[in-house]
Amino acid sequence: MKAELRVALVGNPNTGKSTLFNVLTGLNQKIGNFPGVTVDKKIGYCDLPDGRRAEIIDLPGTYSLYPKSQDESIVFSILADRNNGFNPDLIVVIIDATNLKRNLLLYTQVADLKIPVIVALNMMDLADKSGIKIDINEFSKKLGVPVIPIAARKLTGIDDLKKAISFANNIALQEDSIDVTAIAPQLIAQISEEINTDNPYFALQLAHQHEHLKFLTPAQSARIEELEKENDFHSQKAQAAETIARYNFINDLLFDTITKPETAQEESMSNRIDKVLTHRVFGFIIFIGILLFMFQSIFAWSAYPMELIADAFVWVQNQLHHLLPAGPATNLLVDGIVAGLSGVMVFIPQIAILFAFISILEDTGYMSRVTFMMDKIMRKVGLNGKSVVPLIGGFACAVPSIMSTRTIENWKDRMITIMVTPLVTCSARLPVYTLLIALVVPNRNVWWIFNMQGLALTAMYVLSLVSAMIVAYVFKFILKGRERGYFIMELPVYRMPRWSNVLHSMYDRSKAFVLQAGKVIIAVSVILWVMASYGPGKRFENIDKKYQQSQYRTMNADDLRHAIASEKLENSYAGVLGHVIEPAIRPLGFDWKIGIALITSFAAREVFVGTMATIYSVDGDADKLETVQKKMANAINPKTGQPVFTVAVAFSLMMFYAFAMQCASTVAVVYRETKNWRWPAAQFAYMTVLAYVISFITYQVLK
Amino acid sequence: MRLSQLKVGSKGIVKEFTDLEMSVKLMEMGCLPGEEVLVERIAPLGDPIAINVSGYQLSLRKREASTIILQ
Repeated sequence: MKAELRVALVGNPNTGKSTLFNVLTGLNQKIGNFPGVTVDKKIGYCDLPDGRRAEIIDLPGTYSLYPKSQDESIVFSILADRNNGFNPDLIVVIIDATNLKRNLLLYTQVADLKIPVIVALNMMDLADKSGIKIDINEFSKKLGVPVIPIAARKLTGIDDLKKAISFANNIALQEDSIDVTAIAPQLIAQISEEINTDNPYFALQLAHQHEHLKFLTPAQSARIEELEKENDFHSQKAQAAETIARYNFINDLLFDTITKPETAQEESMSNRIDKVLTHRVFGFIIFIGILLFMFQSIFAWSAYPMELIADAFVWVQNQLHHLLPAGPATNLLVDGIVAGLSGVMVFIPQIAILFAFISILEDTGYMSRVTFMMDKIMRKVGLNGKSVVPLIGGFACAVPSIMSTRTIENWKDRMITIMVTPLVTCSARLPVYTLLIALVVPNRNVWWIFNMQGLALTAMYVLSLVSAMIVAYVFKFILKGRERGYFIMELPVYRMPRWSNVLHSMYDRSKAFVLQAGKVIIAVSVILWVMASYGPGKRFENIDKKYQQSQYRTMNADDLRHAIASEKLENSYAGVLGHVIEPAIRPLGFDWKIGIALITSFAAREVFVGTMATIYSVDGDADKLETVQKKMANAINPKTGQPVFTVAVAFSLMMFYAFAMQCASTVAVVYRETKNWRWPAAQFAYMTVLAYVISFITYQVLK
Repeated sequence: MRLSQLKVGSKGIVKEFTDLEMSVKLMEMGCLPGEEVLVERIAPLGDPIAINVSGYQLSLRKREASTIILQ
C-alpha cells in the first residue's frame, strides 16, 4: 500500500494521541518494531477528503525532543533523518488544551526543526468545561501554523483535521519560537557547515544527541564531538537555557491568547477520587481487590474460550487425519504443525483479557496511581511500581505478563521485571503440583481447618513470589542502568476508559503475539514432536514387529495401544535423551522417565502429566489425573524395590518445575520483548541452574 | 527551604535546583524557577509525593524533591 503523504503524530503522553491515531486510521493499522529497538511501531492509513491516502505514524509520547528513554529517542531520530524510511512530510503535534503550557514545549522544539506542522488542540470539550478560553485564531496567527480544535474521544473536529492535513503546505511556514543560535552561536555555525544544514536547531540537536544517532557517520559524529570540546559546550547547561527560553516564549504566547479560571473543575474532581484511591488504607484495599479481580478473570474467563480453541484444533486434527492419506508428511502437518499452532492460539484469551484490564487501568489514569503507591516497596527490590501488574499476571501466565512490561518506562526496571516474572507460579504449573502433591502429601486436616495438601500448594505459590523478589534484588546489583533512575512522572486526570481503545489493545497485543512469538513456539513444538515420535535406527519398526507377534493378539486393544506408545516413547529421541541425561539428574532423585517428562515439558509445563500418562501406559490428560496418579504411586524402582515417587522425589520435582524455565512460549516472548537472544538465554541459564541447585538440596535433605 | 520539606497543602515558589541533570527534566515538565508549586498529597508509604505545578499533577520522589530549593 503506497501512500502519497506521510504524517507523524507527535505529542506528550496522556494527550489522547493513541485515541486520535485509532480514530484516524480505524482498523487499518499495522504494528511492528522499529529496527533494532523494542519500541512499537504503529502505522496506519487514513483516507483524506481530497481522495489521497495518508500514512499515519504514531510516534511514542514524549515531553521533549531530548530523550529520557529508548522510546523517546526514536522521536528525534525519525523526525531528523531525511533519509529514514519513516521521515514524515507533515507533523501533527497533538496538544492537550487543558495543559497548554507544558504541551507547547514539545511543539516549539518540533516546529524549530522546520518540517511542515499542524497543531491538533485536543480535549477542547474538557477545556471548555473547565472554563479555559483559547483564542484559536490569534493562537494560530502567532504560531504561523493551522490550529485545529478537536475532541478525539468525542470524534469532534476530526473532519476538520483531515481537511487541514490534505491542505497542508509542503513547506514549513511556522514562526521561529526562540533565537536558537544564541545558545551556542559558534558551535551551531560550525556544525551547520560540517553537515551542510541551514537549520540551526537541527545543528544544536546534533550537538546534544550525535552519540545516539545512526544516520551520522562515525567520522561526522567524531567531528561534532571535537567541535563541542573546542567550544566548551555543556549539553545539560545548554538544555536548561533552551528550556527556560522556550517557556518564556510560551508564557508570552499564552498571556495573549488564553484566559483560564483560578482552579480547573475537572482537576478537583480528580483530586476527590485520589483521596480515596490513594488513601493509606482504602487505597491498598482497593488495589488488592482490583488485582484479585484481574487474576480471577484471567483464570475464570479464559478457561472457556481456551477449551473451545483447544477442542476446535483437536477436531481439525481429527478431520485432517481422516481426510489426508496416512504417512509421515500428514503426521508432521497434523500432529506437529497444527498442534503447535493450537499451542499458540490457546494463549489468545489470556492475552486479550489481561490487556483489556491493563488498557483500562492506563486509560483511566489509575496505573500512574499504582506506581505512585507501590514505588517505595518495589524500588527496594529493584522493581518499579508498575512491576506489580506483570508479577500478579504471572500467576495466570508469564506470556501476556511479559508483554505487559512495556508500560514500564525505565529500561532496567523493565528488564528485571521480565527476568523474574517466569518464576511466579503460572497456571501451567498447577496440574503438575496437584498431581505430585496428591501423590505424597496426605489429604488430612491440620489445626481443624487447614488441609495439608492445600497448605502445600499455597506454600508453592508464596515461595514463587518470594523467590521472584529475591532474584529481582540480586539483579538490581548485576544490571547496569542505562538511564538514571528517576521518578518524575505525570499523574494524569482521571478519565473514563474509551472502550474502542480497549478493544484495539486486545486485538493489537494478540496479533503481535501470534505473528512474532508464534513462529518460535511452533518451531519448538514441531522439534519436540519429532523428538517424541521418531527414534534412531530401526527401533520403532522393531517395536511394531514385536507387538504383531501372536502372544499379543489376545491383549485388549487399549492396553496394546498403550504398551506400544509407552515403548515407542522410551525408544524415541526424547527417550534416548532421557536416558542420556539420567546421570545428571540422578542426584535430584529423577530417573530417565522423569527425564523424558522434563524434556517434553519444554513445550509447556502441563505436558508433564500427559508424558507421565504415556510412560506409565495409561490414558491421561489434565482431567484424568487419578489414573496417572495411581500408576505413579504404584511405580517401583527396580533397583531398590522402593516406590519411585517418594516425598523427596516429588518435592524435588516440584522445586524443579517451580524454578526451571520450561516454557518455549515464554522464551519466545522474552526474545520478542528484548529483541536480543542474550536475554532469554541468560534467563534460561539462571533459572535452570537455580532449579538444579534447589532440587538437589531438597532431595538430599528430604531423602 | 526545600520542596521535600513542604507539608501537604502548602505552597512555595521554585527558586533554584541543586542537581543539574534533574533540573533539566524538572524544567521540561514545567517546574521552572518562579513557578508556584503546591504539595497535594504524599503516597501512603511516605514517598513519593504529588505536587501541583503549572496546572497539572506531577509525582516525584522525596530525594528528587529535595533538589528543588524554594524561595
